[in-house]
Amino acid sequence: MNPFSSGTRLRDMIRAIRACKTAAEERAVVRKECAAIRAAINENDQDYRHRNLAKLMFIHMLGYPTHFGQMECLKLIASPGFPEKRIGYLGLMLLLDERQEVLMLVTNSVKQDLNHTNQYIVGLALCALGNICSAEMARDLAPEVERLLQFRDPNIRKKAALCSIRIIKKVPDLAENFINPVAALLKEKHHGVLITGIQLCTDLCKVSPEALEYFRKKCTDGLVRTLRDLVNSPYAPEYDIAGITDPFLHIRLLKLLRVLGQGDADASDAMNDILAQVATKTESNKNAGNAILYECVETIMSIEDNGGLRVLAINILGRFLSNRDNNIRYVALNMLMRAITVDAQAVQRHRSTILECVKDSDASIRKRALELVYLLVNESNVKPLTKELVDYLEVSDQDFKGDLTAKICSIIEKFSPEKIWYIDQMLKVLTEAGNFVKDEVWHALVVVISNASDLHGYTVRALFRALQTTAEQESLVRVAVWCIGEYGDLLVNNAGMLNVEDPITVTESDAVDVVESAIKRHASDLTTKSMALIALLKLSSRFPSCSGRIKDIVVQHKGSLVLELQQRSLEFNSIIEKHQNIRSALVERMPVLDEASFGGRRASSLPNTVSTSNGTAVKLPNGVAKPSAAPLVDLLDLSDDVPAPSSSGGDFLQDLLGVDLAPATQSGTSQAPKAGTDVLLDLLSIGSNPAQDNSVSTPDILSSAQDHKPAIASLDVLAAPSNMMDLLDGFTPAPPKPANNGPAYPSIVAFESSSLRLTFNFSKQPGNPQTTTISGTFTNLSSNVFTDFVFQAAVPKFLQLHLDPASGNSLPASGNGTITQSLKVTNSQHGKKPLVMRLRIAYKVDGKDVLEEGQINNFPRDL
Amino acid sequence: MIRFILLQNRQGKTRLAKYYVPLEDSEKHKVEYEVHRLVVNRDPKFTNFVEFRTHKVIYRRYAGLFFSLCVDITDNELAYLECIHLFVEILDHFFSNVCELDLVFNFHKVLVYLILDEFILAGELQETSKRAIIERMGELEKLE
Repeated sequence: MNPFSSGTRLRDMIRAIRACKTAAEERAVVRKECAAIRAAINENDQDYRHRNLAKLMFIHMLGYPTHFGQMECLKLIASPGFPEKRIGYLGLMLLLDERQEVLMLVTNSVKQDLNHTNQYIVGLALCALGNICSAEMARDLAPEVERLLQFRDPNIRKKAALCSIRIIKKVPDLAENFINPVAALLKEKHHGVLITGIQLCTDLCKVSPEALEYFRKKCTDGLVRTLRDLVNSPYAPEYDIAGITDPFLHIRLLKLLRVLGQGDADASDAMNDILAQVATKTESNKNAGNAILYECVETIMSIEDNGGLRVLAINILGRFLSNRDNNIRYVALNMLMRAITVDAQAVQRHRSTILECVKDSDASIRKRALELVYLLVNESNVKPLTKELVDYLEVSDQDFKGDLTAKICSIIEKFSPEKIWYIDQMLKVLTEAGNFVKDEVWHALVVVISNASDLHGYTVRALFRALQTTAEQESLVRVAVWCIGEYGDLLVNNAGMLNVEDPITVTESDAVDVVESAIKRHASDLTTKSMALIALLKLSSRFPSCSGRIKDIVVQHKGSLVLELQQRSLEFNSIIEKHQNIRSALVERMPVLDEASFGGRRASSLPNTVSTSNGTAVKLPNGVAKPSAAPLVDLLDLSDDVPAPSSSGGDFLQDLLGVDLAPATQSGTSQAPKAGTDVLLDLLSIGSNPAQDNSVSTPDILSSAQDHKPAIASLDVLAAPSNMMDLLDGFTPAPPKPANNGPAYPSIVAFESSSLRLTFNFSKQPGNPQTTTISGTFTNLSSNVFTDFVFQAAVPKFLQLHLDPASGNSLPASGNGTITQSLKVTNSQHGKKPLVMRLRIAYKVDGKDVLEEGQINNFPRDL
Repeated sequence: MIRFILLQNRQGKTRLAKYYVPLEDSEKHKVEYEVHRLVVNRDPKFTNFVEFRTHKVIYRRYAGLFFSLCVDITDNELAYLECIHLFVEILDHFFSNVCELDLVFNFHKVLVYLILDEFILAGELQETSKRAIIERMGELEKLE
């Protein structure tokens, strides 16, 4: 006999497949079988149909495609006999799912089967329906299933109940129809029906709030009674598992009680006794008992507060935690996370056990324990906890290190009591796992360091020492390089020694060595090398004796293929050689970075954590929503005002120019807007190289957003000759153009170019001296008509600007007509700072776009 | 709710797969492969619960077979561990000292899938009494 004809018995086919030695052989066998089956399907072969489907199912389980068998399932289901129907339904469940359209064709057969006299067939239909019905089928067949909920045979009732679960999940609207039948099911004695009824009830409550209310009122007491009977019932061999009668039913009942009791005080009261009984009487030496206790604790935690019960629950969890079975410990850790919100004190008692779990060999337990520890930290225990965690960091696995590092950094930032501790811990973390530390974290560290002026010396020395031991961690190298650049003189002079320090001798050339090795390291990436270059520049100013050597190092990158390094190298080289007079001013101590605004900017990107206390020194303000559009602006932020809409960075340079501020001093709180790195480079771009738009791309190492904004691009407008001269001559501000200082505010020519003039007229409302209404008039000086005329203005943060719509957007030529636009400016520093404004005018001439930009410095002083 | 049940041997062959959520065939294979990898590498001293995508897998090894249940995150793991054990006991009763080969050759007949269908429906527990299930299986067999 041909071994592959459809006459083969299933057993033989299985044997043949198992006998194949290679995958190719197996594929050949399967292919032949499939071919035979397809042929049989085409011939509409009745006799072997169900054997063929069985073979098909086996082949499907091996992983081969079997779609051609789907119609066979339907035909089998439609046959009258039980065995055929059985295989047909089995095939249906295996080969199809609810998303296939073929399923719809089966609806009618299923409907007939649901009404069949043979209850086994009804059972088959319910089973298939419950496992794979789609929403339409559910809707069609719901009435049948409802009716079957009251069938005389308990087997059918329980199947109908579970089928209903699927129906209400697919079609929540039908939930109301099931409320009454379910109430009857809850009174059943038969465990099978009872447990399925309970499950249906639980899902009903989740889906429909009316159902929840109904069951809460009517059925809570009945359920409590059922549970009590169950707990007190005598030994029943049929349901006994490990000495407990039907633990599954226990657990389901507890779960339903939880759903009913949550948020409702009366219901919770009704269940207090039975919960206490279960919690105390259940034996916990077997898994079944522990499962019940676990569910009980979950329920206690979720329902309305009852002090005594909660204490009981946490004690149980404590016991679980010291159990040697890993499963139990895992489950306990899980629950404890929820328990913290309820009673943090009680959980704190188990802190040391939880810490032990962080070091466990099982990855799941470690993860859970770490999250729990994170929630447990508060100011009183932060120091010992962090110490433990940092110690563990050294021995932990690579894949765990990332998580662990992130959590440790988060803890350190939130709860650090003093800056010196913060810096110490962060240094340790950076030394151990710097590569896992995220950028924002070490940026924050730099901000803190710059704020802790008395610790500058200590920090730079500690970093120097750390770099001697390990130079592998990228972030450590970066922070160290920055600090050595900034505070190199403190390093060499051993300035600002604290009592806890040992003195070290570092010569200037040692310091330069360290930075040089950072550049030369093969593994250093672009950011590190760039930071190292600028650190060298700073050092060349602070250590004039090494200037020559530094210049040599810097010059080596002149030909670098990376634009950033090349640019920096050339520019710094030229400063060192030609511009010694401004060099020291350029690289003076950086002004203190504003922690609050930096923190505010970060807070929006930090994940939400459970904060159980108020930290002190290094607290990050939460919820300060700063616009993320202008990081540069924030960094040089002068005022503490509510953030104004983001204005271009050029405003601050104007602040500098217009307001005549002295260069920064080193006081801890001064926020003098001395030029930061970016403005520095723009000055350089004016001074030594032709203005490059590449200055836009200079990464601001201290901003968290690396993609830089047109905020800096607008600075290149300052290449206007008059301002440049002012800058290079020693930072005297551009003198304000002469304007009347009389009480009547004269109009000014705000902006004039070869083709356009803008005049401003001022007026103020009496009694509102801070607000000025400006009426601007645009005149076209050229002989072409300007179309699509758009005027935009920007002001620094202490001003508020409101622009009214213009009178038109087409400006006739040669002054034949004007466009007027009205502006309102509110000066919060009225009397202290004059108005400044930048403008941007865009229009079209003969279809070509023209853009004019400028700034207005000649506002009358007392506006 | 149970999302799927898998019985796999140590080499990764699936002996039984029952899904209570709709998945494409290719997704099913991916899932089976991933679960197998997760489960086969775990030390026996570790917990029987692993996180898998956004759900949990609860598994237990009996001789050469891994029984894996994928459930929702909020479910009681210990209870499902008991559930797996009950299922194995029932299988054991039917086959007397069930072994993997029994499952392979009888997968379609009354036994494995039908037992499963009497035990779990729509992802939830259907019957908790071993005796009841065994009786019912007997009745069904008579109809064949």
